[in-house]
Amino acid sequence: MVVKYLLGNEAIAHGCLEAALDTAFGYPGTPSSEVIDTLRAWPDRQSYVEWSVNEKVAYEEALASSWCGLRSIVTMKHVGLNVAADPLMTSAYTGVKGGFVVLSADDPYAHSSQNEQDSRCYAAFARIPCMDPSSVQEAHDMVRDAFSLSEEFHLPVLFRPTTRICHSKSDVSLGEVAASDREASFEKDPKQYVVIPAHTRILHKRLNEKQAALKKRLVESGYNRCTIRGKTGIITGGIAASYVREVASDSVSIAQIGAYPIDEEWLSDFIRSHEMILVVEELAPVIEEVARQVAGLVPVLGKKTGYVPYEGEFSPERVAQYLHAAGIQVKTDYPATPAPAGLPVRPPILCAGCMHRTAMYAIRKIFRDGIFPSDIGCYTLGLQLGVVDTTICMGASITVASGMAQAGEKHDIVCTIGDSTFLHTGIQGLLNAVYNNANITVVILDNRITAMTGHQPNPTTGITAAGIERPAVSLEMLCRACGVSFVETVSPSDLVQFTGVLKEAKSRSGVKVIIAKQPCVITERRAKISRGKFRVDKDGCIGCKACIKFGCPAIELHSGLALITDLCSGCGVCAQICPVSAISLEVKE
Amino acid sequence: MSFDVMIVGIGGQGTILTSNILGEACVIEGVPVRGAETHGMAQRGGSVESQIRIGQEYGPMIAPGTADLIISFDLMEAARYCHYLKKGGTIFTSQEYVVPTSVFMQDFPAPDKQMIMGMLGDRTVIVVEARKLAEDAGSILTQNIVLLGAASGQLPLKEQSLREAISRTVPKKTIELNLKAFDLGKAVGSTG
Repeated sequence: MVVKYLLGNEAIAHGCLEAALDTAFGYPGTPSSEVIDTLRAWPDRQSYVEWSVNEKVAYEEALASSWCGLRSIVTMKHVGLNVAADPLMTSAYTGVKGGFVVLSADDPYAHSSQNEQDSRCYAAFARIPCMDPSSVQEAHDMVRDAFSLSEEFHLPVLFRPTTRICHSKSDVSLGEVAASDREASFEKDPKQYVVIPAHTRILHKRLNEKQAALKKRLVESGYNRCTIRGKTGIITGGIAASYVREVASDSVSIAQIGAYPIDEEWLSDFIRSHEMILVVEELAPVIEEVARQVAGLVPVLGKKTGYVPYEGEFSPERVAQYLHAAGIQVKTDYPATPAPAGLPVRPPILCAGCMHRTAMYAIRKIFRDGIFPSDIGCYTLGLQLGVVDTTICMGASITVASGMAQAGEKHDIVCTIGDSTFLHTGIQGLLNAVYNNANITVVILDNRITAMTGHQPNPTTGITAAGIERPAVSLEMLCRACGVSFVETVSPSDLVQFTGVLKEAKSRSGVKVIIAKQPCVITERRAKISRGKFRVDKDGCIGCKACIKFGCPAIELHSGLALITDLCSGCGVCAQICPVSAISLEVKE
Repeated sequence: MSFDVMIVGIGGQGTILTSNILGEACVIEGVPVRGAETHGMAQRGGSVESQIRIGQEYGPMIAPGTADLIISFDLMEAARYCHYLKKGGTIFTSQEYVVPTSVFMQDFPAPDKQMIMGMLGDRTVIVVEARKLAEDAGSILTQNIVLLGAASGQLPLKEQSLREAISRTVPKKTIELNLKAFDLGKAVGSTG
């Protein structure tokens, strides 16, 4: 046994390797991305690892891999499961052969997400088991065992870590990485794999028949466990269980839910041994609803009685508050210590030299009264530049744009979408916009990488997750194949040319596509590409703040004059913006 | 009870690397440890925090008013998170700070050093010339290790474990550089 200090996602990847994983598929999404990133970088890797173009694609490939008898995992963030929900629901019917784990990482408090949905609800909806680890060590142990649970019940297992598991670190006891001796072999069985009505009705019945044994197994295997100590009990699960154990007094009983579905009989026995129950779980009242159904006359406090919030993430001091409000003794009192007031906020910001800023600056300049639907990526930070008016979900920039145009909105509509997001679910929207002749301008912000989630490669990068070189996809040809006649590729750093193309698009009707193509500035830095640094001539600067308003973090204002700091990456856009030519490339003497 | 440390700064300043060194030192000593950190979009030049709990067996989160130690790579961020410090705890911070770009863009007055020090109140604050010491060590990229060195006397971890953890965690070519930065930091931390 080895002990290492690991990120939750690294520990999860290691657990998969201990289970002799064969294949892994995923689409990047915070907080899930490092699972595939760890697997693909593993030395002497035996398994097949893939970044797929979206979660539905990844899910179906991983499912097929399991149908061939292999152990497979598919990874995504919680909202990715919406994209993969179609195969998810029916794969519960068809069942699986090789162990199949669906990792959907939830993000309470929406640290890096557009909502706070709870993946446990999907597991209940699909009637598949769900594992909800309470610590990094447990995440490692659970995912390792999830493959055999999947094989035992022939069901996909939903594995649901939250941000504070994925992006927590801990000392973790690791087992040996195991080698697989499985070979892919698909055995035809139409009654299992072809879900025509006559087959699917039978499969649905079989799925329902699995539930009772599954619930018992999750108690027998210790995922759902309890300790009875007094007359007051807390039922908890996920990371919240670790906070409960940290703050609750030793005289309180604790039932910990590590996996779903919950065995109602077992839970009822626990509840009925107490005079009062508090349920402490993040997000949806999944445990609480089962608890209330089986509680009889025992009062169950929780979200539905106003003791615990439905939204946000928990912490030891918050859990202590919930316990205190319910009259349950806590070990520690937390002092009320307000945050200091009056400090300017420091939100995340586009990097110095990022092409998204330049593209958005130019869009705003040419389309002053435009409406700007946008999408999911670093460029969502363009909100600070006034060029992001809507963001809902992956791919919804083009469809919201065409929807507004078809609704009759009179203003120019210019949407922005990244290369990875365009390939994820943008293409269908573009095809639809051309087919129905929407009057919109689409700017594809093509930086050749999936940047925000940690620089994963995609089909524009020209390299796979496994590091194999592949021809980079041509976005121009894709757009032309969708029927777009106006497709222009231009680098935004050349402001004159870029604004020229925007003006041309503005003057035309129909669907116009501009591919703003320039590598991510982080990619360039890693490749040690240097373009020097720009500087402000103090005598020339008139303090007009034109460059300051551009919003580059390398430009500061000191005593009324602009100053460029070491953060400068040499893009030179500020020099093009300066009305008095006071900014120029630094000449080394 | 664990010894709880907050490491705060701006995305890209090395908060995660520094917390990895503490975690590795705990593994070397066989002490249980929990950490929580900021990944994803928030890293893009935003305010970031790493929480690390030495000797903790439960969750990774530190409650406000309970941190034993704060290590900050930016003076303004030290003020932003100072309410996490418990009574009697210590803050080790760089003397420098970066004014957020939004302040310039929106024409807000930039906070000055006096105002930030005022926010820190009567807490024990050790201000370290991290940039200068890092330059002396050979690279301004070692400012995080300078501050770790400065705070090292307060940590419930042996110096030998921390040095070994640095050697295991930083890129091989920079081990000597980082150990020198650690020593320079330690010298001012113990006298400051």
